[in-house]
Amino acid sequence: MNAIILSALCGVVMMFSGILLKNKSSIKYVAIAALLVLLIGNLLQFYGIFTINIDSKNLLSFDRPGLFFNSILIVATLIYFILSGSDIEKVGLDVAEYFSLIFFVLCGATILTSFNGLLMFFIGIEILSIPLYILTGADKKNLKSNEASLKYFLMGAFSTGIMLMGITLVYGATGSFGLQSNMIKSAVTGFESAGILGPVGLVLLFISMCFKVSAAPFHFWAPDVYDGAPSVFTSFMATIVKAAGFFAFIRLFAAKSTDFGPGPAWTLILYVIIVLTLLIGNITAVFQQSVKRMLAYSSIAQAGFMLFALYSSNDFSKEGILLYTAAYSFATIGIFAILVKMEDYSLDGYNGLSKSHPVLAATNTVFFLSLSGIPLTAGFFAKYYMLASAIKSGGPISLVIIAVLFAAVSVYYYFKVIQAMYFKEGNAATNQPITNNFKVGLIVLAAIIIFLGIYPTSLLGFYYF
Amino acid sequence: MIPLLLIFIPVLSALIAFFLKNDNSAKNWALLASTLTLVVGLFALCPHCNLTFDAQWLPVLGARFSLSLDGLSKMLVLLTAISFPVVFAATYNNEYKQSNAFYGLMLLSQAGLMGVFLASDCLLFYFFWELALIPVYFLCSIWGGEKRIAVTFKFFIYTFVGSLLMLIGILYLYFQTPDHSFAIKSFYALKLSASQQNLAFWLFFIAFAIKMPIFPLHTWQPDAYEQSPAAVTMILSGVMVKMGIYAVIRWLIPIFPLATEKFGSLIIILSVIGMLYASLIAIKQDDVKRLIAYSSIAHIGLMCAALFSMNTIGWNGVLIQMFNHGINVIGLWIVADAIEQKLGTRKFSELGGLAQKAPVLATLLVILAFANVALPLTNAFVGEFLMFNGLFQYNYWIAGVAGISIILGAVYTLNMVQKIFYGQTSPATQNALEIKGNIQFILIVLVIVVLVFGVYPQPLIDLTKQIHP
Repeated sequence: MNAIILSALCGVVMMFSGILLKNKSSIKYVAIAALLVLLIGNLLQFYGIFTINIDSKNLLSFDRPGLFFNSILIVATLIYFILSGSDIEKVGLDVAEYFSLIFFVLCGATILTSFNGLLMFFIGIEILSIPLYILTGADKKNLKSNEASLKYFLMGAFSTGIMLMGITLVYGATGSFGLQSNMIKSAVTGFESAGILGPVGLVLLFISMCFKVSAAPFHFWAPDVYDGAPSVFTSFMATIVKAAGFFAFIRLFAAKSTDFGPGPAWTLILYVIIVLTLLIGNITAVFQQSVKRMLAYSSIAQAGFMLFALYSSNDFSKEGILLYTAAYSFATIGIFAILVKMEDYSLDGYNGLSKSHPVLAATNTVFFLSLSGIPLTAGFFAKYYMLASAIKSGGPISLVIIAVLFAAVSVYYYFKVIQAMYFKEGNAATNQPITNNFKVGLIVLAAIIIFLGIYPTSLLGFYYF
Repeated sequence: MIPLLLIFIPVLSALIAFFLKNDNSAKNWALLASTLTLVVGLFALCPHCNLTFDAQWLPVLGARFSLSLDGLSKMLVLLTAISFPVVFAATYNNEYKQSNAFYGLMLLSQAGLMGVFLASDCLLFYFFWELALIPVYFLCSIWGGEKRIAVTFKFFIYTFVGSLLMLIGILYLYFQTPDHSFAIKSFYALKLSASQQNLAFWLFFIAFAIKMPIFPLHTWQPDAYEQSPAAVTMILSGVMVKMGIYAVIRWLIPIFPLATEKFGSLIIILSVIGMLYASLIAIKQDDVKRLIAYSSIAHIGLMCAALFSMNTIGWNGVLIQMFNHGINVIGLWIVADAIEQKLGTRKFSELGGLAQKAPVLATLLVILAFANVALPLTNAFVGEFLMFNGLFQYNYWIAGVAGISIILGAVYTLNMVQKIFYGQTSPATQNALEIKGNIQFILIVLVIVVLVFGVYPQPLIDLTKQIHP
């Protein structure tokens, strides 16, 4: 509850800070301070002290995974602000508004980690989405940004419609918005029995969530939007927002997994979606020449791996999704922070970065190694948990084998950037001088990723204690 | 404590090497650090020391940081410990741009190799398996030949796919263990049904077969050997391919006895095909490096075939040959590199008559070439004799076909010696001089090892007796 209320308050504070503070960079520091308050507030609730208690009439419930996930989101945002804050200032005039919109997105995300019924779920999704439409179009004079924003808005509105339809049908089938009422169970068992309302509603909900997390074949908006939006905001959308969407997805469909044994039809749908997502994301990413667009497809491919958590829904997958979203978000935020500073977003633009900016090249390598899932980086254990959860669930081993083959494909395009930076001649230029603070930030982030790659349990330890 | 030192000396010295500025100091530092590792490695030979190390690592997952040394590990640890100083000393005259990074990465890969041979926890084994690979990727891609980027990438993707399949296998076994542990003891205690073994066997074996490499997964190897910088090639063919054979002995055959029996003959046939195929191609090569690369495939094929013949004689041969092949092939690479550095070419068609100009080099290469053909009195004879013996006990038809490769081996090796050292001098060799003193010294040391273990192989045989899986 702390995080929901504080993030909304911070959003309002940020909005007015634009009027009070004329200096752009001081706004960034206010935002970082506000984020720290938010983090502390959330941690306090973790330990049960100083908690704002409002009777939500059982619409919200705060459990350990949810609160822990909030912390991951807030920490990721903090890293994002520290590394890319100065680039947010460069997007346009209304800097304070961008920060306040980001806080509103966080508010939506924190609702999504604690909803207890479809009603709050819907509200959370909307609070999360609407600021994003604005952020996507933040570069007002750029046609591509406008196009992306409009596209995102139209597609988003459409999927919201599908979601509402789904919620209505599920309500019709079960007579309740609650997750407690065995909604999933009755709906799933409905696949086998005659009642068609519940299953159809559930499938509609599923489709709309696939859209939100850009799982194939509902991914078509993602590359264009990620490519068109200002790069700093792409970073935010591809990491923190996506992670929150996934958490909600899993909370909705798998949190009550004890209530139901996954039916065969359900497993089949997920199997197909995962394979499609991995296939389309990875294969298309191979052919991209722009690193930014490649990252858009790679984020689709990574979604395929995260869907494993939904597929297997056991202990391993719960820990796994926490680790996966953290590893993926940290690495991607780092990559985007460097990307934003590059003069040329194409692969050739990275040629020879190791000569001109050795620190950038070295940390970028760590981030890409983590995304590829190479041991000694956080990304390895992220993938490890996902594969382990799938094997533990006893499903077909073919899915796991397909997944690792695509992981090898992903190595192909991630390593192309490393090759450009280290093995090719060129003089990669940045569009602005690189400050020492930025370098230190990157090194710390890389160190965190390597540390998590050796001791992943240190992160999960917080989850248990 | 000794196992821990064997890993941490290379890791720490690698980190220090990265921060050294002067090119020569990095070189000397790497030589010093690897010599220190060698000294520790020799201490590891003592029969009564405590050679295990065990510490908490990831308790939630059931993975421990546990290392142990038995006879098999000792032999390979010793090979790794000897190879690096030898390689550093032999390539001392080669200049590298950013040599601090070069030597740092080399030492890191040594740490990975040591870890692979020491780990007695499967997840730890996987970690080191990858740690050995990644530095090599950077080494070959930065300092390699003309086509280095594409070739190394192929090599990397090949081995990475194998590793990931092995990871699935590891996880599969992990969930079969009653106490959810990665310890080698728990894996050995598993009672798997035949169908479970058949599945997991291949998940593991593909990874190992790519590393060795076994026909038809060998296509990365000649290109990678040719394009890598000489020092890396020596490590790749001398030590790194042994990872695959080691892993089969340690992790594959004891865990999957039924599947080994079932697929053993298939693997032996593939290995023998690979031997003959590689030998035939080696005859047609015009490039020293590619010739040695193909000859290496043939030798590894024989080891793999003898391994799956599943009898004690063959196994002893494999264990001895793992060490000896490492020594011999590194010696051959040193000669190849010396010639290339000296004359700027590796092509037989541009060489000839070198024996008049460099008699010492010629003598040393002839001895190493004899070892490559496994002539009696050289170290390789003992191993190959035992391996063929084992293969013969398994099936004399297969042994007979595999035996053809001995003849082919003599053809291409002696052909190489003839084309490089005898005949008319070519424009390239016209003004050749004798090789430098440090290379002579290293080669003489290797030749002494070749001859000593050729005449008196008992120490190696004793070491193989200490293996208790």
